[in-house]
Amino acid sequence: MNPIAFLVLAALLVVAAVTVVLHRNPVHSALALVAAMCLLSVFFIALDAQLIGFLQVIVYAGAVVVLFLFVIMLLNLQREARALGSGALVVAGGAAALAFLALMVPGLVRVAGPRPADVAAGYGETVALAERLFTVYLLPFELTSVLLLVAIVGAVALAKRTT
Amino acid sequence: MVDVLIVVAKAVVVFLIALLTMGHGVFFERKVSAVVQDRIGANRASIFGIAGLGIVNTLIADPIKFLIKEDVVPAGSDRLLHFLAPVLAVIPLLVVFAVVPFGDVLVVGERTIDLQAAELNVGILYVLAMVSLGVYGVVIAGWASNSRWSLLGGIRGSAQMISYEIAMGLALVGVVLTYGTFDLQEIVRAQGAHLGGWLPAWGILYQPLGFLIFVVAGVAESKRIPFDLPESESELVSGYFTEYSGAKHLMFMMSDFVEVVIVSALVTTLFFGGWQVPWLARDGFHFPWGATLPLPALAVTALQVLTFVLKLHVATLVQIVVRWTLPRFRYDQLMRLGWQGLLPLSLANVVVSALFIAAFGEHFA
Amino acid sequence: MPPAPLAWYLVLSAALFAIGALGVLVRRNVIVMFMAIELMLNAVNLAFVAFARSRGSMDGQVIVFFVMTVAAAEAAVGLAIILSVFRSRETTNADEIASLRW
Repeated sequence: MNPIAFLVLAALLVVAAVTVVLHRNPVHSALALVAAMCLLSVFFIALDAQLIGFLQVIVYAGAVVVLFLFVIMLLNLQREARALGSGALVVAGGAAALAFLALMVPGLVRVAGPRPADVAAGYGETVALAERLFTVYLLPFELTSVLLLVAIVGAVALAKRTT
Repeated sequence: MVDVLIVVAKAVVVFLIALLTMGHGVFFERKVSAVVQDRIGANRASIFGIAGLGIVNTLIADPIKFLIKEDVVPAGSDRLLHFLAPVLAVIPLLVVFAVVPFGDVLVVGERTIDLQAAELNVGILYVLAMVSLGVYGVVIAGWASNSRWSLLGGIRGSAQMISYEIAMGLALVGVVLTYGTFDLQEIVRAQGAHLGGWLPAWGILYQPLGFLIFVVAGVAESKRIPFDLPESESELVSGYFTEYSGAKHLMFMMSDFVEVVIVSALVTTLFFGGWQVPWLARDGFHFPWGATLPLPALAVTALQVLTFVLKLHVATLVQIVVRWTLPRFRYDQLMRLGWQGLLPLSLANVVVSALFIAAFGEHFA
Repeated sequence: MPPAPLAWYLVLSAALFAIGALGVLVRRNVIVMFMAIELMLNAVNLAFVAFARSRGSMDGQVIVFFVMTVAAAEAAVGLAIILSVFRSRETTNADEIASLRW
């Protein structure tokens, strides 16, 4: 991806992520999360992962965050009086996040992975993903379908009104 | 550089086709509703006494009227969300037209231009993604209006949309199985074959049930009658966009008609051959009785684009007639139809299509 | 101009992960904590896709596919739990639902 485009989009993505995490109104956080998901989808498509990029929009931005919004509206969550926890918690949390970054970033910056100029034809497309999914990763695929069934039944059972 | 200009030109053309069909759709709606209701409608506007030019009223004066109205934001509502909702409602729908193929190729000099604004090879997934994003306009509009009835309309509307999205997606899976590709232009090209030499192999022959499911799900997605409970005019005033006036109201009405045109465009592309004219190949007509009519490439292209626009208009007309004929579904009937009717049917469609293709695969495009 | 190197994607992924972790640690509203968890999962997805592209292999994208599926399932169940907790405790503040008995 063009470095300038990368920097612009990365800046927007970080702004969206910070809005999700720090904004006082949960609905605004949810919308910022949608923006973050769509920006990530742009990154995926730029990395030649077309199927995953569009699945990101369909699954995350189009379904998961809608679910979040439904729950927020159902619980009628308004703008909060106080977004963050106690002062000590903020300091500890901030220190933990900064420590994580301090540990990871120096190592990551030195990563110089192989960068093939061109990937194989059909890379990132549906056929390539399906070929992997139904041969090498068949067992996780089947287990995931069972997991989804369990999740559906569990979510319905938990959210049902018992009265 | 020229490539960028060509892409921009294609995007402008398909956008104009969409807007034109939408403008006609608004006017058709009023005229067709008049015919259905046994009255003469929309005849007050005329230019120099020529009543037929009253369409100009709908295309030009109506939008101007909307744009100069006062923009009322209800007290206590979230201003940012109130502003964002119509934007979120209309933009995902407008960008779907980027993947709709409106012609085969345009040969200009030595350059062959594929008449599809964005040549994505996951076109159908892109359409599904944008339709999924359309839910936000509805739910945010309902929430941001700070009104009980709008919120009710918004929640109903978004629940309806996400329910019928699933059936729509599964109906599209049947189409993808039949043609083996997500690319809309390839699907339209594959419908150029002729069965037995004379019958155009349009999608509806291969996926009749998929077509029905897709049409029902598409009309439900666009919240048109018979699925217009979120906007039920006799119950919730305007449902989720009651508290919107002026330009924002125009955006919501636009999203309604744009979605009609999108459903028409997708139905045309996937099930009725898109820009394919029966018996027309790139060099002219090849009639089944042996006669041929050679045509220059430009004429072929023009004919194909016109056919696409014509099919769009026919599909839009059908949706408008359905709107003015049928009564509205009750909400529980609507949800029951979506989850207990269309979803099992579309799953069965996928299974049967897959079995068919596994058995007779070599006969398919 | 050469394309953006792999390291940039990984640093962005780490930054998103840190922001998400900050959200989980610092916010008290359980739904926003949940959204921060989704952000962390997406950061990991970005790292996977970047590595997959770098090595020209599809395995990273398959993992992302599974992460997306599992995250969607987890979001559904988690939100159902939050709903049922809300019904009995009338609050979404993590501090107030911290004790097992009331």
